[in-house]
Amino acid sequence: MARYSRDQIAARIARDIPEGAYVNLGIGLPTLVANHLPKDREILLQSENGVLAMGPAPAPGDEDPDLINASKQPVTLLPGGSFFHHADSFAMMRGGHLDFCVLGAFQVSVRGDLANWHTGEPDAIPAIGGAMDLAIGAKHVFVMMEHLTKQGESKIVETCTYPLTGVRCVSRIYTDLAVLDVTDEGLAVVDVVDGLSLDDLARLTPVRLFRKAA
Amino acid sequence: MIDKFVASVTEAVSDIRDGATVMIGGFGQAGMPAELIDALIAQGARELTIVNNNAGNGDTGLAALLATKRVRRIICSFPRQIDSWVFDALYRSGEIELELVPQGNLAERIRAAGAGIGAFFTPTGYGTLLAEGKETREIGGRHYVLEYPIHADYALIKADRADRFGNLVYRKTARNFGPIMASAAKCTIAQVREKAQLGDLDPESIVTPGIFVHRVVEVPVRATRRGA
Repeated sequence: MARYSRDQIAARIARDIPEGAYVNLGIGLPTLVANHLPKDREILLQSENGVLAMGPAPAPGDEDPDLINASKQPVTLLPGGSFFHHADSFAMMRGGHLDFCVLGAFQVSVRGDLANWHTGEPDAIPAIGGAMDLAIGAKHVFVMMEHLTKQGESKIVETCTYPLTGVRCVSRIYTDLAVLDVTDEGLAVVDVVDGLSLDDLARLTPVRLFRKAA
Repeated sequence: MIDKFVASVTEAVSDIRDGATVMIGGFGQAGMPAELIDALIAQGARELTIVNNNAGNGDTGLAALLATKRVRRIICSFPRQIDSWVFDALYRSGEIELELVPQGNLAERIRAAGAGIGAFFTPTGYGTLLAEGKETREIGGRHYVLEYPIHADYALIKADRADRFGNLVYRKTARNFGPIMASAAKCTIAQVREKAQLGDLDPESIVTPGIFVHRVVEVPVRATRRGA
């Protein structure tokens, strides 16, 4: 089956982020988006641990243990960057100042409910971090994930079975098979990978889908 | 003459009692007051409640404190990490109690304590496991969860420079929880890289005014760490 690669998904998301946007990229897969942001746009990356205008990883030897990202990896600061404390950082999210966030997911429901923090297994050690704040705070919440689980089940579902991160918070889903907008009428298909028909996608995705009007 | 500097980390933490609630600054290792934590371990207080974003990394700092089994309860947002083996083992054997809090709620509950707020409604966590049993309210068409402040007996934080009034400036992302924890504790203890003379810190750039800080101890940076 034809699929977008992880870099292709990341590049597609990056294309949809406009000049001047304030963006938080979640840990894991979404960090790839940073590599694809168009060089001709000024886009400011925020990290929950108190930095705006975060730059790429430093050259080997230039790491600073006081300058890290949410994944606790060394980063750099771009000109015009700033530092702030944690309550301000989360005010940027919760207060609706952040334009976009990109998050990974275990499941997304047709209504835009997001599950991305806990498998619900009794022996799992839960960890939530900033995911719940980002999910309900950013103006646009993009999900970046594989369309199917390793067992071939759709991660886009009628109702999430994993514990929720946020209710009705996802605006758009980018997978290796398609790009879908969450709407009140169901998921609007924006793009499908070449070689996959809308019917094929619908067979793999057990929720109401329709082609987005051009 | 006001002088909040104390001679040693040992002196700084000497009166922390069994059962105290202690906030510890830092996000991972950035901003973690490692020497104050080591002093707390040596001091021996038990049955502690610890508030931190994480639950320790590797075998040093907060992880070393947890390993002493003197922490009864931890309030944090992100305990499970690639190197959180000390916490993981204690949690799985039931030797530590975990209150998991979304990171922004953690920050705001700490801020609220410092600001004298009795409780607040937050949209974060609404409709999730972490809001189960909590009071909710619909305000202006949006759903909120009632959250209460987190007060502490002590806050152990790390800053870059301080003067004898306890005014603090931080360094890069090591700031993180420092300023809000400083305001939320009855006794805030800051370890700093360097003592500044009174008047040398730019008043426009002071992040934590000394009113929030009770004790300061100078801990020069170990030679292994890069300066910048």
